[in-house]
Amino acid sequence: MPGVLCIEGLCVRAASGAAIVEDISLELQRGEVLGLIGESGAGKSTIGLAALGHARGRTRITAGRIELGGTELLSLDAAGRNRVRGMRIAYVAQSAAAAFNPATRLIDQVCEAPVRHGLMTRAAARQRAITNFRALGLPAPETFGECYPHEVSGGQLQRAMAAMAMACGPEVLVLDEPTTALDVTTQVEFLAHLKKLIATAGTAALYISHDLALVAQIADRILVLRDGRMVESGRTHDVLATPRTAYARALVAERGGSVLAPTASGSTECLLAVRDLSVSYGGQEAVKAANLTVARGETVAVIGESGSGKSSLAYAVCGLVAARAGSVTLGSDELAPHYPRRSREQLRRIQLVFQLPDVALNPRQRVALLVGRPATFYFGARGAALAARVTDLMRMVGLDPALADRHPHELSGGQKQRVCIARALAAQPDLLVCDEVTAALDPLIAGGILELLRGLQQDLGLSCLFISHDLGTVRRIAHRMVVMRGGRIVAEGPTAAVFGAGAHPYVAELRAAEPEMRVGWLEEVLERRN
Amino acid sequence: MSRPFAASGAFAASGAVVVAAMLAAAVFAPWLAPYGQAQFVGGVWDPPSAAHWLGTDHLGRDMLTRLIFGARNTVSIAVLATALAFVLGVALGLGAAALGGWVDAVGSRVVDIFLSVPVLISALIVLSVLGNSPPVLIATIGLLEATRVYQVARAVARTINVREFVAAARLRGEGLPWILMREILPNAWPALVAEAGLRFSFIVLFIASLSFLGLGIPPPAADWGSMVRENAAAIHFGLYAPLYPAGAIALLTVAVNRLVDRHARGGT
Repeated sequence: MPGVLCIEGLCVRAASGAAIVEDISLELQRGEVLGLIGESGAGKSTIGLAALGHARGRTRITAGRIELGGTELLSLDAAGRNRVRGMRIAYVAQSAAAAFNPATRLIDQVCEAPVRHGLMTRAAARQRAITNFRALGLPAPETFGECYPHEVSGGQLQRAMAAMAMACGPEVLVLDEPTTALDVTTQVEFLAHLKKLIATAGTAALYISHDLALVAQIADRILVLRDGRMVESGRTHDVLATPRTAYARALVAERGGSVLAPTASGSTECLLAVRDLSVSYGGQEAVKAANLTVARGETVAVIGESGSGKSSLAYAVCGLVAARAGSVTLGSDELAPHYPRRSREQLRRIQLVFQLPDVALNPRQRVALLVGRPATFYFGARGAALAARVTDLMRMVGLDPALADRHPHELSGGQKQRVCIARALAAQPDLLVCDEVTAALDPLIAGGILELLRGLQQDLGLSCLFISHDLGTVRRIAHRMVVMRGGRIVAEGPTAAVFGAGAHPYVAELRAAEPEMRVGWLEEVLERRN
Repeated sequence: MSRPFAASGAFAASGAVVVAAMLAAAVFAPWLAPYGQAQFVGGVWDPPSAAHWLGTDHLGRDMLTRLIFGARNTVSIAVLATALAFVLGVALGLGAAALGGWVDAVGSRVVDIFLSVPVLISALIVLSVLGNSPPVLIATIGLLEATRVYQVARAVARTINVREFVAAARLRGEGLPWILMREILPNAWPALVAEAGLRFSFIVLFIASLSFLGLGIPPPAADWGSMVRENAAAIHFGLYAPLYPAGAIALLTVAVNRLVDRHARGGT
């Protein structure tokens, strides 16, 4: 039986002629979910958009056939493709918040496609939307659509977007990293509802993600991509159990074989002490009377979901936001709440590594200046001494010193984050504050950064305050853990204890929501919940 | 990179050629011009001939000569006024954005007050009190246009100022000069250069308007705006005389805009 979506020999090229994806062939049966896995730049989204007959600006589909239920998309004109899109094949984008019109009620946006395509009357479309809202487990499905996008949570908005995509009853759904912007607990919710909805509707789906464990929960088959080429494909179970290529093996092993961190640093000398720290933004309390200590040579992880106040806590330690109350003490020094009132030496001793290396590095400065500036600024390094120091620092973080005269846009995401770490090390800090430093990176690249941080920490005896939402990450690097929720610290202790039996219910909930690298995990979670 | 035709090759290069030609005319005017700019060499509005390629003006002066000297007077004042507006506007705009707080509030309110009066009216008042010598003209136009540059510079700098690399520099303890010159300015530069080009065009038109109203560069020095006014009556007799200086103004502003456009599209 021919599949509902057939892609054969697809090639997409940039205007310069460079291949973005090359010779991709895949077939999707009715009701089947295919997971597209790969790191950023692997061409996942390009394939997803090509399935709708679309190529992003400055790129072109140069070869191949894309057949949707017998219709060859590439031979259609623009109007013909528009008739197919939204009706027979629909797209769910990564960020629902960016995809919805903030000025229009949800129901109007969800009903737009079927009404515009002339498939249903407004009333019928509305009824259908409500049915989908209910199937997706949205609260008060009858009135949910009357909300504006900003009035509902991120997870609900993502589900509303799925409802929008399903509005015309498409044959194929393309889901492009639909849960990347969501917290782990919300992600499980979304995935469970989505899985049910497409199974009932018999829709085939292309599920794009960089998270193999996640895709394993929903996909029947998996296609692994790297640098625009197919590396491996097979049934989900087979790919997980017996990956054939080295790359797939590395992906499977990434989450599976989590390494336990060394239990304790051995030091008891307190380096950082945070007492009764409160941070508020315009009356909204982000951190409520938090207490926290970091010993010399110790890594303390602060974990929580978005909005838990973990980043605010980190920023208050650095002085980037001024705490409203409480104190931050480094060694024997009580620090001023706001950075302009801290001395240069105090600033030097705490270095912050930001979440997004793209915006943390000045795009107009070369690596040599980015990394070298703290050495000049704090220690007066110049000329040959400065060059030698930059070379040392780059080696320390595993960068080729030849990259020193590159600009940030000429580096990969992982390299950029290494530059950020090198810049922090250049100041020879006592405390490194890492704010979600691996969140924007692909799993294997993130693993490399974690290894680097752990090595540096052991070699240099650094203390580290590590902010993260990802338990898997934290488990590999932290001696102690602090769990935050709604601005409060709800649990803390040695990592093993916090993870162990008798853990705080919230930690247990977080832990249960973290996808495991095996088929059937999602069902078990749902069963446990009921 | 593929570009739409409008910004591609020959069309964009034509902007550079026109600007270069006008700058050359401005610099070498005394050597290029066939006559003196205030020299009476023919009858009133003589038609173009071998001796006077573009004919003569309302007083019998050579039109081509006056166009060339007009480039010298108009362009040099416009360049100096643009430079003044740019330096002042950028310095204050970036400073206000980086410092924020009351510095920003005071600076922006002062600029708002300036902007609430049409620039032409402010200029007319100042020039009629202080006289219209070139230095006064440059200072007045430069100051008034600096308010516009200030607004753009401040807006651009504010978006850069909240980026994390600026926060990283601040957390390092860097002083204001480093933040402004090394972190913000290089990133604001493309937008500011585009703004400088546009400002230059507006200033050329501004000088022309002032001259047309009789408050520009004092006679008998030639400048394009007053040439349009002086020769305006010729249009009733079907003569081209006022169209040459008007065309020169149009050509220069279009050419500068073309250059700026190319720069803004990534020709940095």
